[in-house]
Amino acid sequence: MQNKSFSEQTQDLIGKWVDFIKDFRAQMTSIHVDRLERKWINITLLTVCLLVAIITIDAFWHGINPPGKVETIDSAKLHLSKEFAESNLGVQLDGQGAIVIRMVAGRYSFFPKHIAVPAETKLTFRWVSMDVLHGVHIPMTNMSTMIVPGYVAEITTSFPKPGEYPVLCNEYCGLGHNHMWSNISVIAKEDWKAPAKIIVNKEPDNG
Amino acid sequence: MVNAAERKLALSHLWVAFIAFILACFMGEYQVLERSGFIPALESPTVYFASVSTHGVLMGFVLTTFFIMGFGYYIATSSLKVPVWNIKLAWCGFWISFAGTAMAAIPLLTGKASVLYTFYLPLQAHVAFYIGATLLVVGSWLWCLIMLVMFSQWKKANPKQPVPLAMFATTANALLWLWTSAGVALEVLFQAIPLALGWIDTVDPGLARTLFAWTLHPIVYFWLIPAYTAFYVFVPKQAGSYLFSDEVARVAFILLVVFGLPIGFHHLYMDPQQASGWKLLHGIGTFIVSLPTLITGFTVIASLEIAGKLRGGKGLFGWIGSLPWSNSMVLAVILALLMLILGGFGGIVNASYAMNAMIHNTAWVPGHFHLIFAGTTVIMYFAIAYYIWPLLVRKPLFSNSMALIQLWTWFIGMTILSTPWHVLGLLGQPRRISTVVYNTLLTLAWKPYELAMIFGGLVMLGSACLFIYNIAKTQFSPVSATDFNQEIEYAEPYHPVQDVPDYLNDFKLWNRVIAVLMAIGFGVPILQFFFMDTFGSPAWGL
Repeated sequence: MQNKSFSEQTQDLIGKWVDFIKDFRAQMTSIHVDRLERKWINITLLTVCLLVAIITIDAFWHGINPPGKVETIDSAKLHLSKEFAESNLGVQLDGQGAIVIRMVAGRYSFFPKHIAVPAETKLTFRWVSMDVLHGVHIPMTNMSTMIVPGYVAEITTSFPKPGEYPVLCNEYCGLGHNHMWSNISVIAKEDWKAPAKIIVNKEPDNG
Repeated sequence: MVNAAERKLALSHLWVAFIAFILACFMGEYQVLERSGFIPALESPTVYFASVSTHGVLMGFVLTTFFIMGFGYYIATSSLKVPVWNIKLAWCGFWISFAGTAMAAIPLLTGKASVLYTFYLPLQAHVAFYIGATLLVVGSWLWCLIMLVMFSQWKKANPKQPVPLAMFATTANALLWLWTSAGVALEVLFQAIPLALGWIDTVDPGLARTLFAWTLHPIVYFWLIPAYTAFYVFVPKQAGSYLFSDEVARVAFILLVVFGLPIGFHHLYMDPQQASGWKLLHGIGTFIVSLPTLITGFTVIASLEIAGKLRGGKGLFGWIGSLPWSNSMVLAVILALLMLILGGFGGIVNASYAMNAMIHNTAWVPGHFHLIFAGTTVIMYFAIAYYIWPLLVRKPLFSNSMALIQLWTWFIGMTILSTPWHVLGLLGQPRRISTVVYNTLLTLAWKPYELAMIFGGLVMLGSACLFIYNIAKTQFSPVSATDFNQEIEYAEPYHPVQDVPDYLNDFKLWNRVIAVLMAIGFGVPILQFFFMDTFGSPAWGL
C-alpha cells in the first residue's frame, strides 16, 4: 500500500473543508427567512458593527483602554519591596516629571489616607493590595480599577474638575468593607505644588 | 398526557425553586431597608452580608437551577411524548442538588460563608459552602445528561424529523450549562476547596477570577433560556397566533450557546491580570451575542402582531391594544420585553469596554442585573408556572386576576426599585456596601433614591407573596382532579417546517465550534498564569 504524498493529503484536507463549507452554506441558505426578518437581521448586524467599530477605533487610535498591564507583585512582601515601601507611597514625580501615585489597599483603607493631585494633568496611579481583592473608584471620574492581590493595577487618567473627592472601595473585602475609603483633593493646576521628595527609581521590584 | 411520575418530578423541583425564591425575596427587602440606614436598630454588617450572600445563592443558584431542571423534565416528556429517561437518575440528581443546597445553607445562615455569591478568593468561606455549591452543580449535571440522552434517543427513533423546538432549546441549555459550569468547577475543585481544607497554602486570585468569569457570563443565558423558550413555544399560542419562524428560533438558540460562552472577560474589564487585547476580543463577542436577543425580540413581537391582527387590531400600533392582555403569559412577555429593552440598554453601557469604568462595581450593576434577572427572567418563570401549574396538579389555576395583578405589581415594583439603583450608580455609590458611612457631601444626594428602593422592594415582596399564594392555592384546592382535561399546547410555526437542516437539528458541529472559541478566548489567558512568575495569596477570613 502506497502512502499518499504530502500534497495529496493537503488536497484531501482542503477538499474536505470546501465540501463542508459548501454543505454548510447550502443548509443555512435553505431555511426560510422572512423578507422583513432578513431586513431586521441586517439592521442589527449593522448596529453591532458600528458599536464594535467605535470601540475598536477608540482602542487602537485613541488609546482608550481599560487597565490591562499584566504586572505581578508579591502582595505579602509589599513593605519589603522598594516601590511600595511605606515611605514611597503617595504622589511623586518620576525622573521625567510625570506624576505617579502609588497606593496600597488593605483592610480597611487606602494608604496614604489623603493625597492631593493637580487637575487637568496626566496622572498614573499604581494600586496594589496587601491582603484580599479590592476595587477602587473615585465618583464622577473614570478612575476605576480592581485591585487583585498579586498584581499591580496601573491606570492613567486626569481629573478635569478641582474639588474634594472620596476614594471608595467597591469590591466586598470583608465585614468592615463599608469603612474602606479615603480622600483625594484635586487642586487647580496652578495651585498644586509637587511633593519635595523626588524618586527616580521606577523599576518594579518583586522582592 | 404527562404521567403522574413525571409531574411529581417536575413539581418537586419547582417547589424547591420557589421556596428558595420567596425566602430570598424577604431577605432582599430587609437588605434595602438595612442599606438605607433609616432604621439604625437594623444596622449590622454581619447580618447584612450573611443575608446578601444567601440571597444571591438562593436566587442565582437555587431558584434557577431547580426551576430549569424541573421545567426541562416537563418540556422533555411533554414535547417528545416519552417518559423521562432513567427517572431514578433524575431523582438522584434532585437529591444531590438538594443535599448540596442544605449543606451550603448552614454556613451561609450562620455567617460562616459571608463571601457573597461570587465568593472571590482569597476571602475564604467555610468548606461546607464550597462542597454544598459543588453538589448543587453535580446534581444539575445529571439533568444535563438526561436531556442529552433523551434528545439523541428521540433523534434515533425519528430520523430526519426536526426535534421539537422546545426540546431543542432545552438541550441547548443543557449543553450550555455543561460548558458554563466547568469554569467555576475548576476554581472550586482546584483552588477554593483545597485552600479551605489546608491542602494548599496559597491561590492565585487572578486565576480564580478568570475561571469565575468563564462561568459568570454564560450562566446568565442558562437562566434566560427557559424564558426565551417560553417566548417561542408558549407565547404565540397563548396570544392566539403562530410562531413567526421556527428555523430562525433555532439559529437564535445556537448563537446564544455558541457566542454566550467565550465572552466572560467583560466582567474583568477593570482587572489588572488580563491584558487589554483579550478584553477587547471578549468585548466584541459580547456585542455579537446581542444578535440572538435582537432576533428573539423581533420574532416574539412579530408573533404578537399576527395575534393582534387576527383579533381585529388595525394599523401600525392598533394590534397592541387588541392583544389578550388578560392572558398571564401574554402580559408577562410584554412586561418582560419592556424590561429587557431597558436592561439591554444598560448592558450595552456595561459591555462598552473602557466605558465600563464609569459604572464598574457601582450600584448601576445590581440595578442592571436585577432588571434582566428579576425583570425579564423571573417574570417569565412566573408566567411558565401559571401556565404549567394547572397541568401539573390537574386543577385549574386558583385565580387568573390575581396572577395579572401579581405580574403588574412585579413590573411596577421592579421599575421603582431598579431606576434609582441605576441612578445611584451614576452618582458613584458602590455596590456591595451594607450602609453609607462615607463622610462626604456626595452621599447626601443618595438618600432619596434609597428611600424609593425600599418602596420598590416592598411592592415586589408583596407581589412574590401573591405568586406563592396563588400556586399553593391551586395545588391544594379541594377541586376534584378528574374533571380537568387541559393539555399543554405548543405554538405552531407560521410556515410549517417539514425538514430542518442537520446543522439546526443537532449540536455536534456547534459543540466543536464552542471548543475552538473557548480555546481562543480562554486558552492563553488561563495558561499565562502557569508561565508567568506569579505570587499566590494566603486565605483571609471575613
